[in-house]
Amino acid sequence: MNRHIEAPIDKKEAKSLKAGDYVYITGTIYTARDAAHKRMYDILAEGGELPVDLKGQVIYYMGPSPAREGRVIGSAGPTTASRMDKYTPQLLDLGMGAMIGKGKRSPEVIEAIKRNDAVYFAAVGGAGALLSKCITSSEVVAYEDLGTEAIRKLTVENFPAIVVIDSEGNNLYETAIKEYCRTEENGR
Amino acid sequence: MIRTVQTKDITENIKEMCIEANHFLSRDMCAVIRNAEKKEESPLGKQILEQLEENLSIASEEMIPICQDTGMAVVFLEIGQDVHLEGASLEDAVNEGVRRGYTGGFLRKSVVGDPLIRENTRDNTPAVIHTRIVPGEQVKITVAPKGFGSENMSRVFMLKPAEGIEGVKNAILTAVRDAGPNACPPMVVGVGIGGTFEKCALMAKEALTRETGAHSEIPYVKELEEEMLEKINGLGIGPGGLGGTTTALAVHINTYPTHIAGLPVAVNICCHVNRHVVRVL
Repeated sequence: MNRHIEAPIDKKEAKSLKAGDYVYITGTIYTARDAAHKRMYDILAEGGELPVDLKGQVIYYMGPSPAREGRVIGSAGPTTASRMDKYTPQLLDLGMGAMIGKGKRSPEVIEAIKRNDAVYFAAVGGAGALLSKCITSSEVVAYEDLGTEAIRKLTVENFPAIVVIDSEGNNLYETAIKEYCRTEENGR
Repeated sequence: MIRTVQTKDITENIKEMCIEANHFLSRDMCAVIRNAEKKEESPLGKQILEQLEENLSIASEEMIPICQDTGMAVVFLEIGQDVHLEGASLEDAVNEGVRRGYTGGFLRKSVVGDPLIRENTRDNTPAVIHTRIVPGEQVKITVAPKGFGSENMSRVFMLKPAEGIEGVKNAILTAVRDAGPNACPPMVVGVGIGGTFEKCALMAKEALTRETGAHSEIPYVKELEEEMLEKINGLGIGPGGLGGTTTALAVHINTYPTHIAGLPVAVNICCHVNRHVVRVL
C-alpha cells in the first residue's frame, strides 16, 4: 500500500504501518550514523543528555557527500543499519519512533521495535542523488566535528521508503525473498 | 627506448578519474542495469531498478555523486618497464590526485587515518594502491572507488582441495546469501580462486574492474561464471534485497595456480555502483 506519512511520527501511525508498505515521508528527520551513535551511547552511559529529544523522531542512517554551492546537500542515500544495532534498542526505549537505513537488523533490535511500536524503513541503497532531491533543508545540530557523521536536522518532502520491519516484527527481507527463491539451500 | 612520464600527470589524471567515477557510471554497468530492469519479475524490484536508472541520470546531469559513499580509492597501476617516472614519488602523486579529486570534486571523505583511533583524514587519503610492472612504455591507471556497504560483506575462504568446485560454488553462494540486502543489490560479484590468502583477495578485487559481463577466457571458468550468476539470481534476494530475480548483474572469476595443500577462494562483493575508470598514459 502507498502511504503519505509525517515526521516526527506518532505511535498510532507507526503501528498502522505494515511490512511492504511504500511510504512517502514529509517533515523533519535527523541523521545519525556510526560515530554519532557511539557518542550518544557514551553520553547515556555517563548519565548525560542527548543533543536531540528522540521522542517520535525518525533517524536516518546517512552521511552525505558535501553540498555544491547553492545546494542543500550532496548525495544522501542510506547506510547499512546493522552497524547501529548495538546502540539501537536503548534509543528505541528512549522514544525514537522510526529508523531509515538499509539491510538486516539484529533480533535485539526487532524485539525493541515491537516493544516500542516503532518501525524500520529501508530507502534504496545507492540512490543518493535521487534521494537528495527530497531534502529541502539541512542543518548540523550536533557533533559538527564528526564531519559527514555529524547529526543533521533535515526537512524532507515525499521521501520514498519501504516498511521493512513493522511494529509486529514482520520482516519484508525474509518474506519477499521466499517468493522468488529458486536456488536451494545446498546450492542446487 | 625509455619513455619519461611526469608523476604530476598521474596526479592530474587520478584527480579527474575520482570525480568521473563517482558521477558517471561506466557504459558497461549502465547497460547491465538497463537489461536487468527489463527482465526483473518482481514489480517492486522493477520499480527499484527504475529508480537506480533515474538516480544515474540525476547524478550525471546535476553532478551529484551516484552514491554518498564515494568510497575508498582503490588504484591499480600497470607501469611499463620502459617507463621512467619523473617528479614526486609515485605514491605521493597518486595520493595527491585522490586528495584533489575528493576535496575539489565535492566527494565524501570516508577514510580514517587509523583503523582503531578512527580520526577522519579529511581528504580521503590514503588510497589503496596496487602496482604491477609490465612490459612496454605505458602507464595504465584504473581508479575503482570502493563503497563499504558491500566491502563489509566480502569474504575469504581457505577451502580444502577435496572440497573442489562444489566447495567454491558453496562459498560464493554463502557470501552472497549472507550479504543480502546489506550490500545494495543488485551486486557485481568478483571472485578469486587459487594463489595464496592475499593473492585470491586481490584477484577478486581486480575481477570487479573487468568490463561488466565479459567472461573469463578459460572455458570452464566462463561456464562457472554463467552458472553462478543464474544460481545467485535464484536466491530471490532481488533489487534492494526486497525480493526479485535480479540479485547480481555479473559474476567475474579470476584464477591462479595454487599450493598442493590449498584452495583459497575470495568473494569481493560490489554494489550496483561498481565504479571503475581506466586511462592509459
